[in-house]
Amino acid sequence: MDWRHFQALQKRRDFLQSCASGIGIMALADLLAGDGLTAAPAVPANPLAPRPPHFAPKAKNLIFMFMEGGPSQYELFDEKPTLRRYHGKPLPASHTEGLEFAFIQPTASILASSFPFRSYGECGMRLSELIPHIGSCADDICLLRSMHTESFNHHPAQLSLFTGSIQLGRPSLGSWVLYGLGSESSNLPGFVVLTSGPRGTSGGSSNFASGFLPSHYQGTVFRQSGEPILYLGNPPGVSIPTQRAALDLITDLNRIRRDSTGDEEISSRISNYELAFRMQSAAPELTDLSQEPSSIREMYGLDSSDEEEKQFATNCLLARRMVERGVRFVLMMDAGWDDHTEINKKLPKRCRKVDRPTGALIKDLKQRGLLDETLIVFGGEFGRTPMVELRRPEEADSAGRDHQPSAYSLWMAGGGIKGGQVVGSTDDFGLRIQQDPIHVHDLQATLLHCLGMDHERLTYRYTGREFRLTDVAGKVVEKLLL
Amino acid sequence: MIVEIRFLLFVSLLLGPELGRVASATPVEELADSSPTAVSILNTHCVRCHGPAQQLSGLRLDARGSVLDGGYSGPAIIPGDSDGSTLVQRLISDREGYRMPLGSPPLSGSQIDTIRSWTDQGAQWPEDAISPTEGDGSSPKDKDHWSFQPVVRPAIPPVRNRSWVRSPIDAFVLSRLETEGISPSREASREALFRRVNLDLTGLLPTPQEQKLFLLDNRSDAYEHLVNRLLASPHYGEKWARHWLDLARYADSDGYEKDLLRPHAWRWRQWVIDALNQDLPYDRFTLEQIAGDLLPDASQEQRVATGFLRSGLLNREAGVPRGQVRFEEVLDQTNTVATVWLGLTMGCAQCHDHKYDPTSQKQYYQFLAFFNEAQGREVDAPLPGEVGPYLKSLPRYREERRKLLENAQIFVSRLQERWEAMLVEADEHPGRHLDWDDILRGAILGELDRAMELLRMKPTDRSWRENDLLTRFFFRFPGPENAKDESLTERLKELGKKLGELDESFPDLSRASVVQAKPSQTHLALRGNYRSPGVVVRPATPDWLPPLGETGEPDRLGLARWLVRKDHPLTARVAVNRMWQELLGRGLVITSEDFGTQGERPSHPGLLDWLATEFMARGWSQKQLIRTIVISSTYRQSSRSRLQLEERDPENVLLARQNRLRLSAELIRDAALRVSGLLDTRIGGRSIRPAQPEWVSKLTYGKSAWQESQGRDRYRRGLYVLFKRSAPYPQMVNFDAPDSSTSVCRRERSNTVLQALNLLNDPVFMESARSLAIRILQEAPSSWEGRLDHAYRLCLGRLPSSRERERFRQFFTRQKEILEREPESVHQLTSGAVLEFQPLQVASWVAAGRAILNLDEFITRE
Repeated sequence: MDWRHFQALQKRRDFLQSCASGIGIMALADLLAGDGLTAAPAVPANPLAPRPPHFAPKAKNLIFMFMEGGPSQYELFDEKPTLRRYHGKPLPASHTEGLEFAFIQPTASILASSFPFRSYGECGMRLSELIPHIGSCADDICLLRSMHTESFNHHPAQLSLFTGSIQLGRPSLGSWVLYGLGSESSNLPGFVVLTSGPRGTSGGSSNFASGFLPSHYQGTVFRQSGEPILYLGNPPGVSIPTQRAALDLITDLNRIRRDSTGDEEISSRISNYELAFRMQSAAPELTDLSQEPSSIREMYGLDSSDEEEKQFATNCLLARRMVERGVRFVLMMDAGWDDHTEINKKLPKRCRKVDRPTGALIKDLKQRGLLDETLIVFGGEFGRTPMVELRRPEEADSAGRDHQPSAYSLWMAGGGIKGGQVVGSTDDFGLRIQQDPIHVHDLQATLLHCLGMDHERLTYRYTGREFRLTDVAGKVVEKLLL
Repeated sequence: MIVEIRFLLFVSLLLGPELGRVASATPVEELADSSPTAVSILNTHCVRCHGPAQQLSGLRLDARGSVLDGGYSGPAIIPGDSDGSTLVQRLISDREGYRMPLGSPPLSGSQIDTIRSWTDQGAQWPEDAISPTEGDGSSPKDKDHWSFQPVVRPAIPPVRNRSWVRSPIDAFVLSRLETEGISPSREASREALFRRVNLDLTGLLPTPQEQKLFLLDNRSDAYEHLVNRLLASPHYGEKWARHWLDLARYADSDGYEKDLLRPHAWRWRQWVIDALNQDLPYDRFTLEQIAGDLLPDASQEQRVATGFLRSGLLNREAGVPRGQVRFEEVLDQTNTVATVWLGLTMGCAQCHDHKYDPTSQKQYYQFLAFFNEAQGREVDAPLPGEVGPYLKSLPRYREERRKLLENAQIFVSRLQERWEAMLVEADEHPGRHLDWDDILRGAILGELDRAMELLRMKPTDRSWRENDLLTRFFFRFPGPENAKDESLTERLKELGKKLGELDESFPDLSRASVVQAKPSQTHLALRGNYRSPGVVVRPATPDWLPPLGETGEPDRLGLARWLVRKDHPLTARVAVNRMWQELLGRGLVITSEDFGTQGERPSHPGLLDWLATEFMARGWSQKQLIRTIVISSTYRQSSRSRLQLEERDPENVLLARQNRLRLSAELIRDAALRVSGLLDTRIGGRSIRPAQPEWVSKLTYGKSAWQESQGRDRYRRGLYVLFKRSAPYPQMVNFDAPDSSTSVCRRERSNTVLQALNLLNDPVFMESARSLAIRILQEAPSSWEGRLDHAYRLCLGRLPSSRERERFRQFFTRQKEILEREPESVHQLTSGAVLEFQPLQVASWVAAGRAILNLDEFITRE
């Protein structure tokens, strides 16, 4: 802003403070008429401006690696030797009371995991051999084996995880974070969504929607190639000079209108057009990975011959670059972990795709000193049953597992989290939690806590009531914290 | 005994002299009789939460009758059966959160024994036992709240500046302003007022010709004539239908997961547009949407109106418990009706008594029961002109279909018979045939609303269309046995495709989603959980509002009649407040969705009640009410902010000026298409799909393709853009169209960077800019100034100021320099344009048009 414009605004402010004298809008209009109106726009009260947290945060950013569909804890995170003994037999009758699942009956027989576990890291964390790269970060990882949620259906459970309610229409975790803390980036969205997998997620945009919060706080979908953000690129025939000329014209005409109407909302519009212009160059710069050294490309698996791994690796690297550039919340959604069938065939393939890039992301953040301030969450909306789901009974290979909300696993790392530990435990069948139950509301409370916010104080008034992410529940899980 | 005496002393201390007197007056010997002691235990430990002051879970434990009646989960005790009594069970349980008293230590063993034996002995209540305080059984919440009081027509307040008063509205506004020592704003310029009232009543930008006619109209009531003309325009119904669709959480798809399209949803939207254009009085408008099917001799259109109740979310995800889906549907209907007609946040009482308003949890489920006694149906709802061609072609269609099936040489009916039997068996014995379970629970039950009802009927009892419907599902999911036969699978697929093509090629009838009555029992859901049924409730309205009794039966029709009783304190107030909100930018009650105790109080209570009585007195005519508002001086004021005012009244509560309002998502689209001459102004019909980047729909679970509309359909109004809940059209999302998950009474008006990108770069706006450029060149005189004037008139309804003209001149100079260096850009900017003009000139005007479409003023109603 040049000094004349600043002065004009200053004078306007003075007027407002002493306007008992009754100086009208005309005086201001006259005053501003002398303004050359060529300055950069005044920055008005910005709903995305950084805001102080409730208390000193442990983490500045959050990368939520959402494995959509319900990854199996039995094959990956929660070793259950008992299942081997019961393989092919039904659960003991004492365990089936009150059980209900989406597809199978409680009397379905037990399915043992086909994949061995081993100890990783100095802490000796027991994890599946399917995820050696993630395992190699065990000392930074805090594994939660006692997660639980309400719904055994995908969309409601995803809504629970991301909005704290099984009903559509509430603001998502990322929106709450942005609403609470604002954005550190002046030329990128503060809440970005990266997607991968063979299809969209059950939750779709409701996992990153702003609900009843103002739409500034919704997640912005970023694509790996082409136009990273919707309508980011200029239309055919609009070159950068043409775009600049148009923006200058729009800005000047908007200012004239602002001065004659006195509507400060126009100032916000002016600055949004400037931000749009900056974003037009910042976003492609972000997605241009050509300058990344080959060691980094290799580490993430960016040049993998497997297209799916490449896609996931690219998202991991983009997540790091976003965090570096001040993006507050990155939501990575990898669809398709819903292993009702052929779990022994499909799951290893999916693990191959995410394992190396995920391990690389943790190590890369660590070597850059960013892991301390970046919180990583990795997991799904619920877990799977110890019993088999057999949709084609004549084909034993088609075995899979049904949804299980009563006990499942998820892990965290980085900003404020005590790594190298396992929290919570389940019974011999992994059906019920034995120690330290952690509800999704507790997880949310803990994530907000790491970011410096008290989940009970982060509220928004809507339809006559103060709403919050954790509804009326949620406790910070102290055990997870450093 | 010593313990008990101490205990009684404690009671008397705790509960004050009244009960203390009762207890101490009881001879010590009689304490051996268990009943007084049991009652005093209840008094001491239970009545704080279950007594006169509050009745958590609907339970009072301070009188025998209410103990036996019990609360939401049923009777508290069964005399003579302590083991079977909930009260005893909850005292002895070791389950945290279930055991009573909640949050206090458990009762002692002897106290529990006392209650047990008292129960077993018949739970006699001592005749002289007096309740701690007499209560009327009602909650103490604020029934005196302003909005629950009757609407009374207020006196028109006197004002000094009488010449400003055009209608009683102005007297209410001005008297308040005069008290505050503030003068109203002058009237907006005729140009500005013309643009404003066009946008507010029809949602369309007026043409320069229309403006010219208005400016030349010298009659003193030219403005009133204009208002009449706009209210008579069929676009009025389109504009105001959109507000109603927000309230009705309207969308063209289910919402959850697969988010299937609802091919018939538009038919209800059509009803709304027609009803508004015919100015169907708000009381009829209400009756038909809530209970059109129950009206005597209900017409097709009255049934279609009930589609209002069918617009909510629906989860068809495989494996979802059907009971849960149904429960959520009815909750949504209840909450929506409560918001739209009563302005109450009743949904808060789903799990517990409302914290602030007087709605108890029981009253909530009584209200819900009205909707639980109904079910959804899809019915034929042909529009004029559809039936003739349909009937005429029907025999040929049946014949061709029969031939197709015969020629295929697959015994469809036999295969289908077996298929139906297996599905019925899978439904009755889950777990027996896993592969059939998968088809039934994974596909059929979710997608076919009446699946089990149809499957259990004999084919001969079904209509041929119901049989056809099942056949279509058979072809889509032929079942595990047939799937093993590859060649059969292939042939079934082929045949299914041919049948689909055949269906497409014959005229069909429009259909609609409606509701019809269905007797069913409603339970209160304890803690809001449908798996914990409490007491049975019958349909009833909250007892702190006027009684239902006088207006009719306790069914949906009775409910609708009750809503539009003239002595209902909420319905008219809530409705007029929303209309005011659309015309002035904020409601007199700013929380237009909440008239309860947590909502804001009205800024002008007298005006609100005057409008409500006026609305009813004029036969609930929405057009009349809108007319009354827009001809007032209050509405006609300039929206320019005034320094003095910004200090005194930054939110413009006192209405000393109009508000400047950014246009809604739909109207921004309409405006761009309108000024460029592209807009297709046909009214009504099916939803359309404008161009959008392919990946938007690919991000969804269903990955469904977005089939772009062709021809003129591409340019229809925003109201008709298909709303797919999981992947709404981006321009709608960017400009705050609601997500359609719940009823929305007032939209956000955000101001974001994505809006800037959208207007700058979305191909729809680029195409508009190009057409606008051609239009300017073709219609305006050949001078540059004349063209700029024409562009301004078209888009902003005014002429440019000299500064603006000067700024444009600079822009053209600069743009020309750029384009002279970029011949390829010139080509791209003008592509598709009629080149009777110099390409450079066209390209420059395209760039200029694009800038105008991005001006704040263009997307604002001032």
